[in-house]
Amino acid sequence: MAALLEVKDLVVNFALRGGELTALNGISFSLNQGERLGLVGESGAGKSVAGFSIINLISKPGYIAGGRVLFQGREISVLPFAQLRGIRGNLITMVFQDPMMTLNPVLTVGTQMIETLQAHQRISDRDAADIAVDKLRQVHIPSPERRLEQYPHEFSGGMRQRIIIAIALLNNPQLIIADEPTTALDVTIQAEIMDLFVELCNQQEMGLILITHDLAVVYETTEKIAVMYAGQIVEQGPTEEVVSSPMHPYTQGLIAALPQGDQRGTRLNQIPGTMPTLTSIPAGCSFHPRCSQAREICSRQTPALKPGQARERLVACHMLHQ
Amino acid sequence: MKRQWRRFTGSYLWYSFKRDKVAMVSFATFLILFVCAFLAPWISPYNPYDPANIDILAAETPPMWMDGGTQEYIMGTDAQGRDLLSTMIYGMRISITIGVFAVLLQAFLGIVIGLISGYFGGKLDSFFMRMADVQLSFSYLMVAIFISAVLQAAIGVGRFGEIAVPFLIIVIGLAQWPQYARTVRASVLAEKKKEYVEAARVAGFNSQRIMWRHILPNCMSPILVLSTIQVANAVMSEAALSFLGLGMPVTRPSLGSLINSGFEYIFSGSWWITAFPGILLVVLVLAVNLLGDFLRDALNPKLYKG
Repeated sequence: MAALLEVKDLVVNFALRGGELTALNGISFSLNQGERLGLVGESGAGKSVAGFSIINLISKPGYIAGGRVLFQGREISVLPFAQLRGIRGNLITMVFQDPMMTLNPVLTVGTQMIETLQAHQRISDRDAADIAVDKLRQVHIPSPERRLEQYPHEFSGGMRQRIIIAIALLNNPQLIIADEPTTALDVTIQAEIMDLFVELCNQQEMGLILITHDLAVVYETTEKIAVMYAGQIVEQGPTEEVVSSPMHPYTQGLIAALPQGDQRGTRLNQIPGTMPTLTSIPAGCSFHPRCSQAREICSRQTPALKPGQARERLVACHMLHQ
Repeated sequence: MKRQWRRFTGSYLWYSFKRDKVAMVSFATFLILFVCAFLAPWISPYNPYDPANIDILAAETPPMWMDGGTQEYIMGTDAQGRDLLSTMIYGMRISITIGVFAVLLQAFLGIVIGLISGYFGGKLDSFFMRMADVQLSFSYLMVAIFISAVLQAAIGVGRFGEIAVPFLIIVIGLAQWPQYARTVRASVLAEKKKEYVEAARVAGFNSQRIMWRHILPNCMSPILVLSTIQVANAVMSEAALSFLGLGMPVTRPSLGSLINSGFEYIFSGSWWITAFPGILLVVLVLAVNLLGDFLRDALNPKLYKG
């Protein structure tokens, strides 16, 4: 299988008045056709920036300072704007966190869907409406013909997120980037939406990058996982393995922090401290101030992402590579 | 069509309109005046533009309920002996026309400039906003006096009357565009941060489309409110310019030039030539302004009482 998306040593900087900030510090991952990848990490780890940089849509003053993003072999960061627009919303689409905000409140759902189709295909209003109805049915919206004429405020949160997913599906994309798609929804609807993603990815051989801080969601939905910390990937591998036997202390901490059945009545575990802000990333391993296993070397030298026991597992920690 | 009507009658705007007596009265007033103005040739008893109706002998006839008044002229006649009521109705038509078209011009310029500077920002934004500041630092009276002096010298006072309407529209339209530009820019700045704009970008839409189809419709309520206020302002500006003799000529008077022409006779006792057009102007502007107030309250989500 050819790689659908390859990200190599991607560096994203923000040019601020006080100097350059590095939001992404050389992250690499790849995704095959129909594969699902979870990007996990705390707030501010750079997950969303990674998502946006894939379609080269980082808001100013951010810019791609190094590395490459290859989508179907084409390098995204050097594509001219017109071609980039042909990819956005067509081959790669995004689903955002807050379904209340992502739809334009003054246009009907139908208008927005038809418009998205017509931005990428020469297609009549009627044909576009047919496709829209089709996609709405695919995301399990009842009586889609009637729903097309309604405005976003006439839908509930879960329904809106479905509509947004339907819009993302309109042009049969190769890759969906879902940026915390279920954070604003309650747990039962969250499960439905995630099931929907898995179902659609399987049906259409679509790649999915799921950006979230919710390990449980990633575990249930994705095949691969990349754990991010302070703009770097610290651990990467098949989801099952990473979650069942985490190697990096940060991943271990994250998993230990999940509520577990056998700990009923006791306090939840937590990783001490908070993630450093981008202006004050510690030297050496950026996690060492919070790490219980930190040694002297950790504060001096940045650990590289190297294979762990199994070939597909990558971990950035000195303790494992001695 | 039927659907849209039902949507309108179910809307909050209609709901609050039905409960707001001031809004209903001012809307009714405005509607009546508007209809009268545009049905002028059928409604008014005389045609003031017809030279046959100028009768110096009947000049300054008082209104019919006063001594010396006749049934023929309900509100009396002006200094040329034209029926005042007819002249007022025709004058109001000119005033409203100039007001509405001047606002359309303002809105066009202001929305285009406001959208561009709000959406693109940076140097373009600074350039347009400084231009707006410069424009606002000129009094529109000064600009109007200057341009009309040049025009009158160039084409002659007689022919100036023919181009007075477009002249007034352009002067008032140009003078007030910064109001729109600033309002639109402010809303665009607020709207463009919202996620639906990001989503539109992700969907691969171009900037033009995002600006006009996604952001602009979301900025409509302040534009609507501003428009009503600006119509009232434009009618007043027109009256002021005409009063100063820079606007409509006496042969085709607007409300402002009527007030002006009567002003010379006010101390000789013919108060009605000034007073009636003045009252009409006040009622017209007041009705539009009150409607604007209502719209502002009804469309402001912070004051949402529903």
